[in-house]
Amino acid sequence: MASAVPPRPAPERVLMKGNEAIAEAAIQAGCDAYFGYPITPQAEILEWMARRMPELGRVFVQAESELGAINMGLGAASTGARVLVSSSSPGTSLMAEGMSYMAGSEVPLVFVDVMRGGPGLGSIGPSQGDYFQMVKGHGHGDYRTPVLAPSSIAEAIALVADAFEIAERFRTPVVILADGTLGQAMEPVVPAYRNPARQVFDWAATGATGRRPRVVRSLHLKPEDLEAHNEHLQAKYRAIEAAETRWTGELLDDAELVIVAYGTAARVARTAIRRAREGGLRAGLLRPISLWPFPSAPIAELASRARGILVVELSAGQMVEDVRLAVEGRAPVAFHGRTGGMVPTPDEVLVSLRHLWAITAPRPPEAGRDERPPRRTARSVPIEPSMRRPASTPEGVDEPAFQEVWR
Amino acid sequence: MTTPLIERPPEATAGAAASPAPASVAASARVIAGRPALLEDKSTHYCPGCGHGVIHRLLAELLADLGVAERTIAVAPVGCSVFAYDYIDVDWVEAPHGRAPAVATGIRRVRPEAFVLMYQGDGDLAAIGTGEIVHAAARGERITAVFVNNGIYGMTGGQMAPTTLLGQKTTSSPTGRDERLMGGPIPITEMLAILPGVAYAARGTLADAASIGKLKAMLRRAMEVQVHDAGFAIVEVLSNCPVGWGMTAQQSIDHLQTVAQTYPTGVLVDRLKAAAAPPAPAAAVSAPTTAAAPAPSSLTLEPATAAEA
Repeated sequence: MASAVPPRPAPERVLMKGNEAIAEAAIQAGCDAYFGYPITPQAEILEWMARRMPELGRVFVQAESELGAINMGLGAASTGARVLVSSSSPGTSLMAEGMSYMAGSEVPLVFVDVMRGGPGLGSIGPSQGDYFQMVKGHGHGDYRTPVLAPSSIAEAIALVADAFEIAERFRTPVVILADGTLGQAMEPVVPAYRNPARQVFDWAATGATGRRPRVVRSLHLKPEDLEAHNEHLQAKYRAIEAAETRWTGELLDDAELVIVAYGTAARVARTAIRRAREGGLRAGLLRPISLWPFPSAPIAELASRARGILVVELSAGQMVEDVRLAVEGRAPVAFHGRTGGMVPTPDEVLVSLRHLWAITAPRPPEAGRDERPPRRTARSVPIEPSMRRPASTPEGVDEPAFQEVWR
Repeated sequence: MTTPLIERPPEATAGAAASPAPASVAASARVIAGRPALLEDKSTHYCPGCGHGVIHRLLAELLADLGVAERTIAVAPVGCSVFAYDYIDVDWVEAPHGRAPAVATGIRRVRPEAFVLMYQGDGDLAAIGTGEIVHAAARGERITAVFVNNGIYGMTGGQMAPTTLLGQKTTSSPTGRDERLMGGPIPITEMLAILPGVAYAARGTLADAASIGKLKAMLRRAMEVQVHDAGFAIVEVLSNCPVGWGMTAQQSIDHLQTVAQTYPTGVLVDRLKAAAAPPAPAAAVSAPTTAAAPAPSSLTLEPATAAEA
């Protein structure tokens, strides 16, 4: 009988809920202050912070609204503090204003959006319907925000620390884009917390003691001044594209059909490509981790040799537009999406894969790897071998198949 | 320390490097006013006759007087006075329209050693930012709020504000503010004064030199409230907008007497029973809790005191 008792899990292996893991990861990353407002399905981040931050002598404020929360974040981060703000879709709309101001005044902050169904009040089910909002700028004006999309709780923990690092290195707000499933689900993880090194900020408003006063601002009324500021921002965005484009893949080397999916949709797609291969259909998965900067170059390269590409999202089709821009007609691009809090099943995705197979033609072998080389623009990044694996990605934890194919 | 601005010798202003007297001035002459050290020596972008310049000067003097300038983090609003950061030499953070109280809250919470000054206009504070100001006040954030009420949106061309007087014509109330259609003027400082987190609330005016002296005492008191960690403090300033009101500078200043009929000046609440230095504000301002000065450490809060006429 004793032999039937399962081995005890390693002591460091814990069962964590996504929202709580994100909150604790921020705490372990040295987060000085958290500001939030209750909204499902991210309320556990607020609740976790309400308990943990005061006991650590750090700042927690439940704001009067999402407007209040994001602007408290703006104020705190303007002094150089490490700040986390979180919300879910309807709340993130209110926070768009503050994100634009922080992009303009170059204030670093980490912002978590645990997406739910929309539009409007929508539902509290998981969704990826905020892709356009987060990836295409969120607020008004001409700016970009790095967006990191974890696909597991372990990865979310790692990306929170990375997000603080990117935010402070490039003086920009950074988004962690999760969905209701990731926020609410529990997974066993070995939390790989990381506290990025602090930088000395020569811009933060800390009180002008022994130095010239500083102003953290986004207003530049003279067109020449604002254009110069915008050129500075754009140069920064090019540097972020070069340094922070992240993706991973699975079973891509011989893939005839490639699924592109992120977050929870990628979890479903991963099962689907395995079932496809059991049926003899060579499918692979490319999973963007950074949604901006978007991994256009590897998608373009895959498109030059794949029979077809299938994009799977918990939306009516948003990231698929960026995939099509990357593919530039090199291969047919199909889409499979569910909305409103519905999540596609692997078999559903498998049906779409088979359908895509049926309506596409194989690549002519004589064409080899396609006569059209993938475009390499200043924005694109080499496919390999320089795709950087975050130093903080935990070893041997969660999603081993993904880790095998880190490039 | 409590004499009105125009009688203050510059050497009494801490850190104030007043403009040197012209060489032609006789040695016996006494310089009674100069540019405060914290006020940039430049022309402002404000319209001729605008009240912002006077308020900036008072703040520059008081920040130096109280010795808090070097730890001040000020929050600039959206509106004409966003450029306050070009004129007052302290650290500033620019807030989105109406959000200054939230921005100031964030600063205050992570920088407990800072002195947080917030400057807002009436559109900013009493319309788009009502949620933020009410809750910052209710939480008793240790912030000193300067609320400049000129009853109009000046920067955008003179539209009706929540504080616009009944009957007042603006570019968005061309036939005059009609209470039935547009509601009446919002006495937001009175509304805030009832909140327990508010340690000090007062309304002053730029109508004349004596009033400016009283206003300065109010601003000083509102800053002391923060220095003593007593709660939220707000001073509403009845100011003018000659261009937005369609008046000459002098007409607009005279008109402040009419404005004060809707918005009576005086101290609405003063819950800081301060015996500690700095001493009581000007006698012109009713602050009964400061009349007697017992032990310096007996800093306590009192219920709201009656408003002064």
